[in-house]
Amino acid sequence: MSLKEFEAIANKEYEYGFKTDIKTELIEKGLNEDVIRLISEKNKEPEFVLEFRLKAYRHWLKMEEPEWPLVDYPKIDYQDIHYYAAPEKKEKLKSMDDVDPELKRTFEKLGIPLQEQKKLANVAVDAIFDSVSVATTYKDKLLKHGVVFCPLSEAVEKYPDLVKKYMGSVVPHTDNFFAALNAAVFTEGSFVYVPKDTVCPMELSTYFRINAEDTGQFERTLIICEENASVSYLEGCTAPMFDKNQLHAAVVELVALDNADIKYSTVQNWYAGDPKTGKGGIYNFVTKRGKCLGKKSKISWTQIETGSAITWKYPSCILMGDDSIGEFYSVALTNHHQQADTGTKMIHIGKRTKSTIISKGISAGKSKNTYRGLVQINKSAKGSENFTQCDSMLIGPNCTANTFPYIDVRNASSTLGHEAATVKVSEEQILYCQQRGISLDDALTTIVNGFCSDVFKELPTEFAVEATQLLSLKLENTVG
Amino acid sequence: MFTIKDVKASIDEKEILKGISLELKPGEVHAIMGPNGSGKSTLAKVIVGHPDVEDPEGEICIDDKNILDLEPDERANEGVFLAFQYPVDIPGVNNAEFLRMAYNAKQKYHGKEEIDPFDFNELVKDKLKVLKMKERFLERPVNHGFSGGEKKRNEILQLLVLDPKVVILDETDSGLDIDSLKQVSEAVNYFKSQDKIILLITHYQRLLNYIVPDYVHIMNDGKVSKTGDKSLALTLEEKGYEGIES
Ligand SMILES: Nc1ncnc2c1ncn2[C@@H]1O[C@H](COP(=O)(O)OP(=O)(O)OP(=O)(O)O)[C@@H](O)[C@H]1O
Ligand SMILES: [Mg+2]
Repeated sequence: MSLKEFEAIANKEYEYGFKTDIKTELIEKGLNEDVIRLISEKNKEPEFVLEFRLKAYRHWLKMEEPEWPLVDYPKIDYQDIHYYAAPEKKEKLKSMDDVDPELKRTFEKLGIPLQEQKKLANVAVDAIFDSVSVATTYKDKLLKHGVVFCPLSEAVEKYPDLVKKYMGSVVPHTDNFFAALNAAVFTEGSFVYVPKDTVCPMELSTYFRINAEDTGQFERTLIICEENASVSYLEGCTAPMFDKNQLHAAVVELVALDNADIKYSTVQNWYAGDPKTGKGGIYNFVTKRGKCLGKKSKISWTQIETGSAITWKYPSCILMGDDSIGEFYSVALTNHHQQADTGTKMIHIGKRTKSTIISKGISAGKSKNTYRGLVQINKSAKGSENFTQCDSMLIGPNCTANTFPYIDVRNASSTLGHEAATVKVSEEQILYCQQRGISLDDALTTIVNGFCSDVFKELPTEFAVEATQLLSLKLENTVG
Repeated sequence: MFTIKDVKASIDEKEILKGISLELKPGEVHAIMGPNGSGKSTLAKVIVGHPDVEDPEGEICIDDKNILDLEPDERANEGVFLAFQYPVDIPGVNNAEFLRMAYNAKQKYHGKEEIDPFDFNELVKDKLKVLKMKERFLERPVNHGFSGGEKKRNEILQLLVLDPKVVILDETDSGLDIDSLKQVSEAVNYFKSQDKIILLITHYQRLLNYIVPDYVHIMNDGKVSKTGDKSLALTLEEKGYEGIES
């Protein structure tokens, strides 16, 4: 067997493709102002949130779906989607014991224990199932340190001033088509607030699960780090296998004040569609952006993107504070019929701001993988620096990789470094590993992991192992 | 016993090996010499199962087991080791981890327990000493940024760690300095004393001063044109390939 026979396609089933049978409360398909009012009502939201939604909706009606990403998909019928789906429950949860055992089992199966003191002992988890949060662990312990970690719906109720001040301040509803849609219909998401001079004592993590058919998930996450505070946050995602595509249009906003440090990691493993036909799978159209408002603040994005039928996302940093730092570390793996158009934007505004971009795109099968990045250094950003490295790896003859690095520098005192390489996994490399006794699958995983090592080392240790395992699963039977 | 029986092989539809037969007994060193392009590396490729080689014919047996239909990793785990003429680099993959993975693959193949990183570290350190190699070598990515000679020495390190039955060295001597050449020779002689089977592909008599071959085969246009003892290499050095064939 050899790399010449690449055509052989992985038969490995998606591990997380099961559906939980649970009574679900749905709002009828379709989108109009009444639906938005109903969502708002279900969440018992204050008036300002409803206004936020309606304003966004009215704006969205005037917008066009973007066509510039290098991805192909049939037109989405926005009236054919449920905008709210929630497992039925009696009343507000008082403790973890009230969580529906069926839901507990679901998350257990996904490797996410909803009991504190379990496997991920130093990680607090917010588990979101379709449109609602089912449980948040370690909430009380965190609160002792002044750290708020709760579903956004709860934050709206308990911390309306913070939400009012920051929600939409980084990604305004006018930003883009999907951000506007999200602002209109968002349901759940996580809220994190780390007060002044506080190092968040544990890893925070949100786990997103889409379960209901024909629903979209539109979560919204807001993380605020006050002066001298720091936090590391991770999101994970899975969904059942359905023949129809599902839309996931999330918004994530990060705000870092003076000296604050936010590390945001993603391990994305949404259902990618049928490996043979490409049918089904998640459309992952998300807007993620961080604002380094304060001096010497830092925002770092690390993403491992392995799932979804289509990925369209550009986690970005707006470097406003002087000496602030933005980082983007990305591994995007596409296989079979997957398509990804992903990258970052680094907008330098403050003086001596620094950004680093390391992107590793891996394409296999018939997939399409595009890196798209913008580095913009404004006139005000004197003495700023950027380093960009975007590498692509091709596995087999039928995949494609593209890179579009846009650079826009408006002052003379800034410096830029750029490196790019496209490598092919060669027969020689595979044979070399095999000649040392290593199997074909392990050889490929080893080579790909090596290619991604600069990014993996940025992941919190708890998740680095998971990420490597995920990649090896995704690559199984890709060659040979 | 390692036997190569009437092996024929083509690359890109061109016949390169036109019927090669060799018999190697434990503890024997066989040297293969021959002009550029005569098919020496191709023979090594056939033995390890390189995908460039299309449907090779004949038999390659370790003891009585024909390995020609096995996957490359299976052949390796059956005990075939090739030190490559041009070792490839694998960026980002830690040399020590790579070695341990290879070691454990073999353990697993033979139904033995995998070794933990700690014990493995001890094992590797001993081998490093034999080759007078520095430990920091282990922390670098496999062959990435290695000098030509370092790559060759890394092959020998792998050889020592994996401890195969059949050792094939494809021009491992080319590009080595005198001290390295001696160390590599010592390693090979050690293997000979352990009753291993050794196949040396080389262009130079110099290596054969340190490793005394039991047989020297001359390869020409995909065939073994002459077989002799160590004196054949000396004659060759003197007269060249043209002189020897006449
Ligand atoms: N991948 C390949 N594609 C086409 N021809 C090849 C390939 N590999 C080897 N050959 C050809 O096969 C023949 C034998 O090559 P081989 O590498 O076995 O020679 P060699 O005896 O090892 O030579 P050297 O002493 O230069 O290393 C040469 O004519 C070479 O061009
Ligand atoms: Mg050769």
